Amino acid sequence: MTENTKNMQEEIANLVEKWKGKEGNLIMILHELQNYYGYIPRPAALELSRALETPLARIYEVITFYNFFKLSPPGKHTIALCMGTACYLKGAPVLLNEIKNLLNVEEGQTTKDGLFQLDVVRCLGCCGLAPVIKIDEKVYGKVQKSQVMGILSEYGNHNQEG
Amino acid sequence: MIKARINNIPVEVEEGVSILDAAKKAQIKIPTLCKHPDLPPGAGCGLCIVRIKGTPKMLRACSTPLEEGMEITTHDPEIVSVRRTVLELILSNHPNDCLQCGRNNNCELQSLVADFGIREESFQKFLPDVPKDDSTRTIVLDPQKCIRCGRCVKVCQEMQNVWALSFLERGFCTRISPAGDIKLADSPCIRCGQCSNHCPTGAIVELDETAKVWELLQDQGKHCVVQIAPAVRVAIGEAFGYPIGTNLTKKLYALLRRLGFKAVFDTNFGADVTIMEEGSEFIQRFAHKKGPLPLITSCCPGWVDFMEKFHPDMIDHFSSCKSPHEIVGVLSKTYYAQKKNIDPKDIAVVSIMPCTAKKNEIIRCEEMYASGCQDVDVALTTRELARMIKQAGIDFVNLPDEEPDHMLGDYTGAGVIFGATGGVMEAAIRTAYFLLNGKNLDKLELTQIRGLEGVKVAEIPINGKNVRVAVAHGLNHVEYVLNKVREAEKNNQEPPYHFIEVMACLGGCVGGGGQPYGVTDELREKRAAGVYQDDKEKEKRCSHENPFVQQLYKDFLGSPLGDKSEHLLHTHYQARKVYAK
Repeated sequence: MTENTKNMQEEIANLVEKWKGKEGNLIMILHELQNYYGYIPRPAALELSRALETPLARIYEVITFYNFFKLSPPGKHTIALCMGTACYLKGAPVLLNEIKNLLNVEEGQTTKDGLFQLDVVRCLGCCGLAPVIKIDEKVYGKVQKSQVMGILSEYGNHNQEG
Repeated sequence: MIKARINNIPVEVEEGVSILDAAKKAQIKIPTLCKHPDLPPGAGCGLCIVRIKGTPKMLRACSTPLEEGMEITTHDPEIVSVRRTVLELILSNHPNDCLQCGRNNNCELQSLVADFGIREESFQKFLPDVPKDDSTRTIVLDPQKCIRCGRCVKVCQEMQNVWALSFLERGFCTRISPAGDIKLADSPCIRCGQCSNHCPTGAIVELDETAKVWELLQDQGKHCVVQIAPAVRVAIGEAFGYPIGTNLTKKLYALLRRLGFKAVFDTNFGADVTIMEEGSEFIQRFAHKKGPLPLITSCCPGWVDFMEKFHPDMIDHFSSCKSPHEIVGVLSKTYYAQKKNIDPKDIAVVSIMPCTAKKNEIIRCEEMYASGCQDVDVALTTRELARMIKQAGIDFVNLPDEEPDHMLGDYTGAGVIFGATGGVMEAAIRTAYFLLNGKNLDKLELTQIRGLEGVKVAEIPINGKNVRVAVAHGLNHVEYVLNKVREAEKNNQEPPYHFIEVMACLGGCVGGGGQPYGVTDELREKRAAGVYQDDKEKEKRCSHENPFVQQLYKDFLGSPLGDKSEHLLHTHYQARKVYAK
């Protein structure tokens, strides 16, 4: 057993102990795991299944049901593209396609080089700026398709093949 | 009792009965694609909507219990029109390849679409891009054909407690898959095939290996022999219009000869041999204290797989005896080969089984090659055989009766009852009693362990001692029995049972995953009745009385549990990972 898996086992045992017998504990534990790892690694899900005596299938049903949970490591930068009503009408789908094409990535996924993660969200609360893209904590308003490449390049050189 | 009116017909049912089931009592059939009699309602498909007076909404009949005084309309033009739209919406996510589908002509969706006379596509097609999965080499998962009714998931999780299948994601993206989109073969799947038996469409079907058998039969260098399992004979008739449970053993012998098999054997003979070995194993443990009690039966490959994955602490309790068809397989390539002077390499053994897991059992470990080559070459399900019969153009219904090839074909009543839950135990007790008492039980029928109760227990007095037995079928009933054993072991107490029989499928093999579609408890009972009737009519009803089994031991094997028997007829078990990935 490597040091890492031992740590994971201990970490999960602690979480299970903390949430023992409480209703909805699976979701709460998954929240804590995602906070810790940034996503739910499969070894952690397997270990949780054992410790919580809950079938792995049930755990994955929950993980994949909620948009919030991730099954792959987050990218260095998170792109949140708004698809709320206003942004949608102002051309968000065009921006989404542009980002997908430029980064070769699907919604909810991370680029192969780990630089970007693409999330689609509903309303960031600044509809006046529609369409809106938020990268990490920075908000870009009234974005046009032609600006997308420039915005992305602020965050380093994305290797499309990598 | 609840009284109400459905389509103005008065009905009276017990409290809690759904409108769907109540309507059946009034000879009304409400369509559904998700509700199955084995399973709790899921309200998944939306076809069973009905109108209840005083409620503006249409409610689902499967999940709405009948209430006192309800006035229900199940069919009117608007309801029919809504149902049609629901079907059209389902079709908008369903491929149109019915002609090449494993369920062509036998599909619940196809039948309903035909009944509703849907002739054109009303909605734009949206087919998710999800790949097929045939990694188990027993069942084929085609998620694109899935209508998300949820039957397979409920079967896998609730009935079988296996949890290989789940619904991942939601909405449009919902799909049936093992956790984390791994291959089914890397999941806990035990290949019982119950998902395929409950699926209303072709989303899960058995891996069709009929072409392999046709090839073997055509190969002039091959001496093809065949065997049929106990539960096949009472179910195959359903594909040819026979009443459920009709025993067609002798027609099957004739049929298989006409298909071109050189020798027609019977798995029931193998069952008789299993009893000689397993019965002796039981006596070793029970009377001579050699080995732990309880002894647990191991002829069900789904159960063996389940035990190796989920309950490996029970390995020492398992009978090491192979399953009946593996025994007939290995004996075909040794005993029969020697007697007939045929090179075992030139013999091909085909097993006709009610079971998809048997397709995997034939390669599960090195002991399945005890003859020096693979003991059973192909395992076909009942459904595959039905197709072969039709392809061959044989008028099955009018075939004359024939006898099997006796060497590995004659069986006793004990052999045939292997097909029903409790049957292996009953057969084993008949012979164990004889071996310990030197005479047969006064009453051979052990009715306490027959029937569809999930866990059945009995005490049978043998030689002044009570033998405590337990029988479980449907894997969600197993844990209760095993936990009792564990509890007694932990507390250093007498084992709660001396002998346990487990079958993965509800009803035992008659309800197997490879049997004809449409299984219900009524069907399981009728198929089982066919098996018990065969037993009743047999002159010899105990495995030790089978003259061909006696001859086998005299001429070839020596004695039960002897060196040769151990080598050819026994196997071993090992703990396996629940998830390979």
